[in-house]
Amino acid sequence: MSHDDNLPEVPADERAAMAAEEPLPNPGIEPHTPRPTDVDKKAEKRAERQVATFFGLSMICTILFVVAYFALDIKDDPDTIGGLGASNVALGLSLGFALLLIGIGVIQWARKLMADVEIVEYRHPATSSQEDREATLAALSQGLEESGIGRRPLVRNTLLGSVALLGIPAVVALADLGPVATKSVRKRTLETTFWRSGTRVVNDVTGLPIKADDLEIGQLVNGEPEGLVHVPEHREGVTYLEGAALQIEKTKSAVIAVRMQPDEITFSRRSPENWSVAGILVYSKICTHVGCPISLWEQQTHHLLCPCHQSTFDLADGGRVVFGPAARPLPQLPITVDDEGYLVAQSDFNEPVGPSYWERDSE
Amino acid sequence: MSSENLTSSVADTNAGEPAAAKKGNPAGKVANWADERLGLATLAKKNLRKVFPDHWSFMLGEIALWSFVVLLLTGVFLSLWFKPSMAEVEYMGSYDQLRGVPMSEAYASTLDISFDVRGGLLMRQMHHWSAMLFIAAMLVHMMRVFLTGAFRKPRELNWVIGGLLILLGILEGFAGYSLPDDLLSGTGLRIADGLVKATPVLGTYMSFFMFGGEFPGDDIIPRLYIVHVLLIPGLLLALIGAHMLLLVFHKHTQWPGPGRTEKNVVGYPMLPVYAAKAGGFFFIVFGVTALMGGLLSINPVWKYGPYDPSKVTAGSQPDWYMGIAEGLLRIMPGIETHLWGHTLSWNVFIPGQLMPIVLLMIVLSWPFLEAWVTGDKREHHLLQRPRNAPTRTAFLAAMMSIYGLLWAAGGNDILAVIFHLNLNHITYFMRVAVFVVPVLVFILTRRWCISLQRSDEARLLHGYETGIIMRSPEGGYTERHLPVSEASAYTLTARQRDQVYDAGADADANGVSRDGSRIARIRARLSRGMFENNVQKPTAAEIEDAHHHADEVHELEHAMEGHSADGHQFDGRHPVDGEELRNH
Ligand code: HEM
Ligand code: FES
Repeated sequence: MSHDDNLPEVPADERAAMAAEEPLPNPGIEPHTPRPTDVDKKAEKRAERQVATFFGLSMICTILFVVAYFALDIKDDPDTIGGLGASNVALGLSLGFALLLIGIGVIQWARKLMADVEIVEYRHPATSSQEDREATLAALSQGLEESGIGRRPLVRNTLLGSVALLGIPAVVALADLGPVATKSVRKRTLETTFWRSGTRVVNDVTGLPIKADDLEIGQLVNGEPEGLVHVPEHREGVTYLEGAALQIEKTKSAVIAVRMQPDEITFSRRSPENWSVAGILVYSKICTHVGCPISLWEQQTHHLLCPCHQSTFDLADGGRVVFGPAARPLPQLPITVDDEGYLVAQSDFNEPVGPSYWERDSE
Repeated sequence: MSSENLTSSVADTNAGEPAAAKKGNPAGKVANWADERLGLATLAKKNLRKVFPDHWSFMLGEIALWSFVVLLLTGVFLSLWFKPSMAEVEYMGSYDQLRGVPMSEAYASTLDISFDVRGGLLMRQMHHWSAMLFIAAMLVHMMRVFLTGAFRKPRELNWVIGGLLILLGILEGFAGYSLPDDLLSGTGLRIADGLVKATPVLGTYMSFFMFGGEFPGDDIIPRLYIVHVLLIPGLLLALIGAHMLLLVFHKHTQWPGPGRTEKNVVGYPMLPVYAAKAGGFFFIVFGVTALMGGLLSINPVWKYGPYDPSKVTAGSQPDWYMGIAEGLLRIMPGIETHLWGHTLSWNVFIPGQLMPIVLLMIVLSWPFLEAWVTGDKREHHLLQRPRNAPTRTAFLAAMMSIYGLLWAAGGNDILAVIFHLNLNHITYFMRVAVFVVPVLVFILTRRWCISLQRSDEARLLHGYETGIIMRSPEGGYTERHLPVSEASAYTLTARQRDQVYDAGADADANGVSRDGSRIARIRARLSRGMFENNVQKPTAAEIEDAHHHADEVHELEHAMEGHSADGHQFDGRHPVDGEELRNH
């Protein structure tokens, strides 16, 4: 078997037999046909001018780019042309053509004027030669031998042990990436929302509290606990959150309040009648699938559809999943009314809201 | 073969003389200086005229490479202004509708890039378009490599590297998509949080470590930023480097044809033709991206508003390359197990974590699976036509059909609106279709490939159909066939015969199999499945026979010459002097 033979696995006699079976001989590379530019001086000159024209036009586009950069103000209406600003369109066009024309010119040059003769190179198998392999193995075993790594297991094993141990600090040092999700941490975070007994349900845009009469039958309102919506005047005794704390609480505390005919609602142990006020039920707005806020309300069927993966929940039946990938009903917030007649929470949700996690059922 | 003797017939602009460094030539001096320190000439000598075969499909990988370069350039521009911070600020920039709105610094700086930095929106849109192009080109390139068998020995490692590049590219795209902190990107992160939380045992810990506590917190964007601009680009760069080095080391594969063998490579030299074409192509990719950035709006984040975890827009969609994960999530039925106080969310874990990994593993391991079934240890440098590997081609077609279905499932709400269909019905249909359609596609594609092989064989043995109908003296009609050219005939036969593995051959004289007969039997079954029905190229004897037959027909034709079927002598292949149409 010769070294640069690419068909080493087939024995020679078999290969001869296979060659005999080859139906047609390889006719060899087809002869080179000259292009017009190879034989016709005029065509050659024309191609040369063509290529230079591309490069010249590219220069013009580059200059146009600079002109557009200074001449067009981006602060003007950003929607001048096809939804995009004039500056953006002009910069894109000029830069695009400046680049494109160079590319076209170079390729035209290569196709028309550079030698188009195909050449042949020989391949060699990826594997090294036998001598190289042997020499490498010899060098390797000599090196290992001289290091004594085989003869001194004590040194070798303690080295391996010490290096392996270094993996631990590498992991441990990352522990401050976030709090460790122990039971008490989970309780304080994932399993607690901003709702307390007596927290008012407010409209998530205006921040105004909601009375039972504000809601018509069939109407759905997006709500938040009071304190999570910016209002010009803060009410005394309410904590208003900002920044990351606000975002975290919104992720868990957003709700929807919906009013239905009381006789259309199926009350159950999951959704007892005394959690509602005059046919008004308040549910978590956070999908139990992977946590999108749910928004699409179908009045006739009482179905609420999640826009992310279309899980559908029946709000007249304890937030039961009627369709889609979610596996759990929407948690319901027990509500009542306060002395001023506003909707308030009786307590926090009595199960964690949002997507499932491993320890969710542990209690 | 050397090229010198052929350059004579080439345009004069390429002086036959190499540009020898003349004395006093400054470029020559620099080269000399460098070589005395770096010894570059030895390396360059081998590679400057390295041969690259030419074919349009070899350009796909190049598109991916060049769009990565465009990503690096535009990304650096963006990073000069982008502020990876989730601190709350009040927007005071040029975009009226959002002025005075509280938002994260990340979102505010993205608005600044779009409205207060000249060329900033162009760069943002170019960055996003080239990200699409990068991932799309990698996927199509991978399909090309797969269909032509270019992943076979010795290129399996480059196949695996390519698979990792796609994975990293998708992660990088997701990280980038999340940076502007607009409503869509925040929703994407929320879904990612849900996916992470579904990990058995570790999910909650992982989610807290990712977000520095509860979602969304204020750590995720700075963390994703460093992942996006340093960590993954670094890995991508290293892997792309390795990919290219291996490409140079193995030399490019080529299509079979006259003069092309397993032992050579025929094409244009790197300098000048290939370098010019590839370099020119970089400018074209860059230019097209700039035109797209200038003319086509992408990710107009100012229309979505800042991220608010209690808001979402209908029809919210991730970038298209996340489409299959999205589709999987959507069609999975809602199954959850509650055991001993623990929750196992199959509805999220299977589509969100398990399936993408399984699909990737199947794709990455294919070269090894195929090599095991064929037992082929030879190197392969000649590409196969997709039809000549029917099972492999059918497998890819089936995978593509899964991809397409999941992609459509990922947009089921949009499909429902456009085609006025019931969303639930689309989903039920998809749940069945992802199992049934790939099987059908597999069977049909395989049959199609095999019939294409048959027609190739017919062309080879009986020539091509000329469209000329002849009538014999007895009144029978035949269509006249002419032999294909020598070059195309050779090209049609330039492929190896498939060998079906026989488990019995592995057994020793006593009928006892040498290595685990069960495994051998599986291998034999797979081998039969893959190769048994393929059409093998004819032997020399068969071709001989066929030509002999053709000669007989030819004699027949000769006998008819002069009183032939009307008109056929005007097919341009016969002298028609003195012939007239219908003169008798
Ligand atoms: C290699 C693959 C890369 C991909 C697939 C990618 C993808 C993306 C995407 C999809 C976005 C969102 C753009 C938008 O706002 O619409 C983005 C943003 C960004 N990328 Fe990249 N990127 C890559 C490499 C880089 C590199 C190398 C850098 C910097 C050195 C970078 C810097 C940025 C910055 C600063 C942003 C945020 C600015 C903004 O969103 O406007 N990217 N990236
Ligand atoms: S997040 Fe609601 S269906 Fe997935």
